[in-house]
Amino acid sequence: MKIERREFLKLGAAVAVGLGGGMTLDVLTKAKPAAAETTTDAVGTKVSSKALHAKRWAMVIDASKFKTEADFRRVEEACVKAHNIPDFGPDSKHQIKWTWEEPFTRTFYGVDDPYLPEAIKKENFPVMCNHCENPPCVRVCPTQATFKRPDGIVGMDYHRCIGCRFCMAACPFGARSFNFVDPRPHIKDINPDFPTRTKGVVEKCNFCMERLDQGLMPVCVEASNGAMFFGDLDDPTSDVRKILDTHYAIRRKPELGTGPSVFYLVGGGGAGA
Amino acid sequence: MLEKALSGGKRYWTWVVFLLLLILAGFLAYMRQFEIGLGVTGMSRDVSWGLYIAQFTFLVGVAASAVMVAIPFYLHDYKNFKEIVIYGEFLAVSCVVMCILFIFVDLGQPMRIMNVILHPTPHSMMFWDMCVLFGYLVLNFVIGWTSLGAERKGFPHPHWVKVLTYIAIPWAVSIHTVTAFLYSGLPARAFWLSAIMAARFLASAFAAGPALLVIFLLVLRKVSSFKVGKEALQALAKIVAYAMIANVFFFLLEVFTAFYSRIPEDMAAFQYLFGGLDGKHNLVPFMWTAAVLALLGIALLVIPRTRKNEGVLPFAMAAVFIAAWLDKGVNLILAGFVPNPFGQVIQYAPTATELMIVVGVYAIGLLILTVLYKVVLGVREERA
Repeated sequence: MKIERREFLKLGAAVAVGLGGGMTLDVLTKAKPAAAETTTDAVGTKVSSKALHAKRWAMVIDASKFKTEADFRRVEEACVKAHNIPDFGPDSKHQIKWTWEEPFTRTFYGVDDPYLPEAIKKENFPVMCNHCENPPCVRVCPTQATFKRPDGIVGMDYHRCIGCRFCMAACPFGARSFNFVDPRPHIKDINPDFPTRTKGVVEKCNFCMERLDQGLMPVCVEASNGAMFFGDLDDPTSDVRKILDTHYAIRRKPELGTGPSVFYLVGGGGAGA
Repeated sequence: MLEKALSGGKRYWTWVVFLLLLILAGFLAYMRQFEIGLGVTGMSRDVSWGLYIAQFTFLVGVAASAVMVAIPFYLHDYKNFKEIVIYGEFLAVSCVVMCILFIFVDLGQPMRIMNVILHPTPHSMMFWDMCVLFGYLVLNFVIGWTSLGAERKGFPHPHWVKVLTYIAIPWAVSIHTVTAFLYSGLPARAFWLSAIMAARFLASAFAAGPALLVIFLLVLRKVSSFKVGKEALQALAKIVAYAMIANVFFFLLEVFTAFYSRIPEDMAAFQYLFGGLDGKHNLVPFMWTAAVLALLGIALLVIPRTRKNEGVLPFAMAAVFIAAWLDKGVNLILAGFVPNPFGQVIQYAPTATELMIVVGVYAIGLLILTVLYKVVLGVREERA
């Protein structure tokens, strides 16, 4: 049987959760009852019963709840820690960024109207990969190292990427980073549950696909104290849809037709409870 | 026939050794990059492509040298190009090899390059570019080498070579079109998002390729037994003139669209090139030099008296070639990243290591060209 690497990775994640599930030896199964049941999907991947599923994952960010620098730092640091993101210092050309803070004028470059309310002009936003519906990065990648999953998440295969950086030229959101040098010496505390990367490959936010597999929300959402919402855009009863149905949310560069899956509530519209 | 490249005078070997030293220096610089990563270059998160990809893009253009001599000779039976068509083809071979090398040195994980073939991806323009470039390399090498072999034995070209020459002509158009598509299909980069990009690529290629060919033919006239004819040079000069005029015209169309529409994103890169943006103006001198040289080159080639003066001709060709290089081998790629997706102007400057690698790749190209031209000269001297 030929297992593609990305399927193998999915398998690994599923097995990690469903220890003792169908994959492991019978002896082990008997000795240690399953923490979570696993099922097998269409391509033969073992899936934990705890895993969260969606037709299209999406995020709504209520910028008004990011009041202080600490609100941003908490979210960024949670992401950095979870994903082994190296720290090259803020002015380095080699910076790796998955989610970070940008002011209104940069987040919504092209929309920066001089007559906007001061409150909006002064607002800052967490930015990240938009997990586009029509991702240009996926279209241009010559090896399918970056790919769109059936649940809408745009993923990266760090072992297939040849480092041509075509995806970085194609991304309208500046969401992608390249490992210009070996990142490992620059990682503060290595999280053994997530891979570190090698030099010469591109990386970006992965909507915490590894956490969704374990039934957990993305780490930024968890750390945001209710400023970020995550759910299925295709499900009218999901949190994100409930907010979008009742609040005016905007996306970055909608005119390009990439269909971002990250929505912003701007100017204290408030997503409330 | 390759043995012809092994016998030469002192001047020939000095040139070869000089190129080998440059290649060695470039190789050592590349070893450093291979060890440390692309961090040794001036590229960054914001300007994620630099001189390597710019040289690749430019050299795809120079490879058009072949088709501009092939069309008049093979399709229109223009006899004055009979002797020089092979020099155009071998120049194309050397350029395409350099293109492939520039892509290779730009990769973060060069050892995985075969993934492009292992996981063929038709929706990626990079995949198609690899196909057409490789095809163009094979076509030109096979056509050139086989024709030369036949010439050596005093036979006409085999019939199948004639067929290949017909295939090579639209193929040459395809390499520029697909290379332009790498850029013109990206929603993220307003500067590149232009339907005229492929036409611009063709025009600048049809100018830069033959211009360089003329320069090399004039060098051969000085240092070798091959004395290129006046008529052939004049015909090439006219091709260069028309192509360069079309190239400048297409560029001005872009400028008009951006500045008459006044769409900020469309104007930004041009503003950066011509006057700087946000107080940053790294590329301004390059842009104005290119503009002046392009107009100077066109003037020298359009005025019959200067075009026909073979003392002026190399300067006119150099002006066109350098203008095309600055436009495509520097400005087009670098300004595409300005401003970045957040509207910031982040500049790029190559490092010494990066420049040495660029020089090394050019030296490899020149060495291949030298060897191929030496073989041609050797075969023809033997026949004479």
